[in-house]
Amino acid sequence: MIKRVPNQKAWFLVLPVILLVAFNAVIPLMTVVNYSVQETFGNNLFFWEGLRWYEEVLHSERFQASMTRQIIFTTIILLIEIPLGIAIALTMPRTGLGATLCLVLMSLPLLIPWNVVGAMWNIFALPEIGLLGKVVNSMGIDYNFTQQPISAWITIIAMDVWHWTSLVVLLSYAGLSAIPEAFYHAAQIDTATKWQIFRYIQLPKLKHVLTIAILLRFMDSFMIYTEPFVLTGGGPGNSTTFLSTDLVKVALGQFDLGPAAAMSLIYFLIVLLLCWVFYTLMMRNEEQ
Amino acid sequence: MALEFRNLCKIEDDLTLIAPISLKLKPGIFNTILGPTLSGKTTLLRLMAGLDKPTSGEIWYKEINVTNIPVQKRNVAMVYQQFINYPSMTVFENIASPLRVKRMPENEIKSRVHNVADLLKIFPLLKRLPSELSGGQQQRTALARALTKEAELVLLDEPLANLDYKLREELREELPRLFEETGATVVYTTTEPSEALLLGGYSATLHEGRITQYDQTQSLYKNPKSLIAAKTFSDPPLNTVKVKKSGEGIFLEGGVRWKTTNYSNIPNGNYTLGFRAHHLKLNSSKTDDIKLLGEVLVTELSGSESFVHLKSNENNWVVHTHGIYNYRQGEQIEMYLSISNCFLFDSDEIRVYEK
Amino acid sequence: MAEVRLQKIRHSYNANAGDKTEYALQNIDQVWEDGGAYALLGPSGCGKSTLLNIVSGLLHPTEGKIIFDNKDVTMTTPNQRNIAQIFQFPVVYDTMTVYENLAFPLKNRKMGDTEIAERVKTVAEMLDLTKLLNQKASGLTADGKQKISLGRGLVRSDVNIMMFDEPLTVIDPHLKWQLRSELKQLHRRVGFTMVYVTHDQTEALTFADKVAVMYEGEIVQFGTPEELFLKPNHTFVGHFIGSPGMNFLPCELEGGFPVFNGNRIKLTSQIAGLNSTSKIEIGVRPEFIKIDNDGFPVNITRIDDVGRYRIVKAECSGHNFNVYVPEEFEIPTENLRVSFDPQHTHIYCDGWLHDRKATE
Repeated sequence: MIKRVPNQKAWFLVLPVILLVAFNAVIPLMTVVNYSVQETFGNNLFFWEGLRWYEEVLHSERFQASMTRQIIFTTIILLIEIPLGIAIALTMPRTGLGATLCLVLMSLPLLIPWNVVGAMWNIFALPEIGLLGKVVNSMGIDYNFTQQPISAWITIIAMDVWHWTSLVVLLSYAGLSAIPEAFYHAAQIDTATKWQIFRYIQLPKLKHVLTIAILLRFMDSFMIYTEPFVLTGGGPGNSTTFLSTDLVKVALGQFDLGPAAAMSLIYFLIVLLLCWVFYTLMMRNEEQ
Repeated sequence: MALEFRNLCKIEDDLTLIAPISLKLKPGIFNTILGPTLSGKTTLLRLMAGLDKPTSGEIWYKEINVTNIPVQKRNVAMVYQQFINYPSMTVFENIASPLRVKRMPENEIKSRVHNVADLLKIFPLLKRLPSELSGGQQQRTALARALTKEAELVLLDEPLANLDYKLREELREELPRLFEETGATVVYTTTEPSEALLLGGYSATLHEGRITQYDQTQSLYKNPKSLIAAKTFSDPPLNTVKVKKSGEGIFLEGGVRWKTTNYSNIPNGNYTLGFRAHHLKLNSSKTDDIKLLGEVLVTELSGSESFVHLKSNENNWVVHTHGIYNYRQGEQIEMYLSISNCFLFDSDEIRVYEK
Repeated sequence: MAEVRLQKIRHSYNANAGDKTEYALQNIDQVWEDGGAYALLGPSGCGKSTLLNIVSGLLHPTEGKIIFDNKDVTMTTPNQRNIAQIFQFPVVYDTMTVYENLAFPLKNRKMGDTEIAERVKTVAEMLDLTKLLNQKASGLTADGKQKISLGRGLVRSDVNIMMFDEPLTVIDPHLKWQLRSELKQLHRRVGFTMVYVTHDQTEALTFADKVAVMYEGEIVQFGTPEELFLKPNHTFVGHFIGSPGMNFLPCELEGGFPVFNGNRIKLTSQIAGLNSTSKIEIGVRPEFIKIDNDGFPVNITRIDDVGRYRIVKAECSGHNFNVYVPEEFEIPTENLRVSFDPQHTHIYCDGWLHDRKATE
């Protein structure tokens, strides 16, 4: 560990950023906390409610339902994207024109604005005129994501996998490129099978990269808003209403500031807790 | 006018990297810090440069306390083990960089850079980028940059360790002369005793963060003050054996006895005898030699020399001798050792001297 | 254990190599006997790693053949050749214990568990790893990990040749000594054909029975450490081997004897058959230059003291050379005169040894 000689002048350079962050993040956060412990009937009249909103939210069936949906969604996403990403990275060429081509192709989905992704898949999956919708229906499968919850889920998951697996691919690819050739040579000499090479050399060396990938995908999918909103609007019914969609409905739709604020804080604390758990696990792994 | 440490100490995460050191380095010459890996050489160098702050203690330079002066204000040049150059600048620009910081006029920069490049034999490479150079050439560029800075303190952290054997020899010859003319105080770290001897000047042996001895290199080599200093400064490793002194005799295990009055001034008791591999001879040459027996483990031949690894009464020793002796494993051989070539250390591992 | 033959191997990294300079290996023709200990010694860029990779099968040579025990293996893959290789930095399977690491190659060859246990225990005892068998491999020091790499090669009984690619690079200097002599002892015990690639002459000369010195893609000399030291075939070998290396001084011929700076240099016999237009040099090692009052005078530039010997840097009419003086010898402070040992003074013509015996 290298300790740098502290330079006091550096703090002045950081001051503008601190002020900006304070203004844009800390103060609004405090406002939300403020709302979450009060009741309002409009006209700027506020009454102290204490922790009532928190209790209400936690006990509300609606919240628990969207929480469950969220957890299922995130789990499925992680279970598909992480292995798929690693598998794609393993098959990508390491050098030459093919490598550059593949890297560019992989980056493309990540560059598209998220609401455009939602809109794209919306049109793409429409049962009557969308390419996917038409093809699937013509194969005899009854597919309509605007009306069937299962179809809606499958479409959202497909969209997210298409959009974000590339991130896992790129991270894994970078991790794999860092493994020295000598390890592969030694494995060849030890007559190891491809599976053994993966299990004993590649996977262990990808540990750090994978932890980052999992953490990022977890956070992003847990907070997902734009794409499902544009694609299904939370429907049909509320079958694809995840936590953030629900939150926005409560806050802006119903203008129940109190419960909304409480819900967003609970949300925030859950994500924070899970990230902290991940981080500790990652640090503990490193020390080992 | 020297670099001085006063109770310099560095502790990190409960690990004492540098135990309190008080030392005055000799100015204007090569000071070698010799020690095994992880003994604290790089940490010490970083403290000298000002890249790290000590946990306690002070560094004084030319009667000024420089402990809290940041590295940019200190007149220091440093060369690392991993050839470090600015990758996007040509060799010329790399060497010129400290002069540009000083805002020297362009034509003066040019003449200085050319001079130094000539001195380091990299003149034809001035237009190349570091990535186009071999390891030796990259390190020469780094050295040239350190030289142009004309710093008063030049720190070299095992600069030759990553170079080919022969390149190392070449550069090692040139180094002392390069910095001689600038009159700078040079501190050079290494793990190899032979390098310290070839560089001359003064040496300090470092062991687990402690300076065990600081002396003129030759004197340190011939006269170590402690077992640790002797061990650090031996390659092949120092041969040791436990002995007992009683009256006029020094007794080794297996009944071998030296009759000598040289050590009559020290009390009877248990001591450790240390001797270098090349003093263990295969032929008797002095009348006060003692004869030792050993069983050969393996013989290594190198050019015109032989290293015989053997076992003698549970001690593992090495004989370093001129000539080719291809002993087989298990052969019993005789060796001769003269007391005048040995060092005697007491139970605290401090050297005791003859009368 | 096998005999390895390299037949006229040439290799270029360019697909359509034309002239000599594009070839990393010019023309390698060698026989390594079964059970021998060999070294490939040379500076960076001389082609030794390329040759190693060709022998191990990681690279297929542009031209030439490799034969293991009368079987042509040139186009086979590494696992078909039954080789073992130890790399510059330790290669261990981090997630496995030391035991599992050593057992890995045997498990892949479908050996029975009891037999595996026996072999692993034997090898662990050879390498002093018995106490660490149940520890995770990632927790060991660099030299411990290298020993594991070594062990994975030793556990197999079907190893044709074992190759070391500068294996002591990351080892602490104090432990290098130990590991080096352990390697040598191991070779005696196990009897595999072993090839050690390095740029460090001490490592090469202490390990190998015969050393191949490589320079710019060619093997300039293949001989015992003694031969390389006493009779270098090429000025490069003279320069590279020995610390400091051989001295080379320009000379002229007069009546069949070399003359340096007007001084006639004694040789064991006359020289004949030399082309007067080629570059002629005297090669003599610092160890074979004596301080001799009957010799010719030189000036002392500097004296380096390395403890057990000293090197006198001598100068004579603009030419510098080194003289090796043992510890106890007195060096006169002025009027130093030296002479060269005729037995060990050689003549080099355009860099190559002029073998006087051949012309008689």
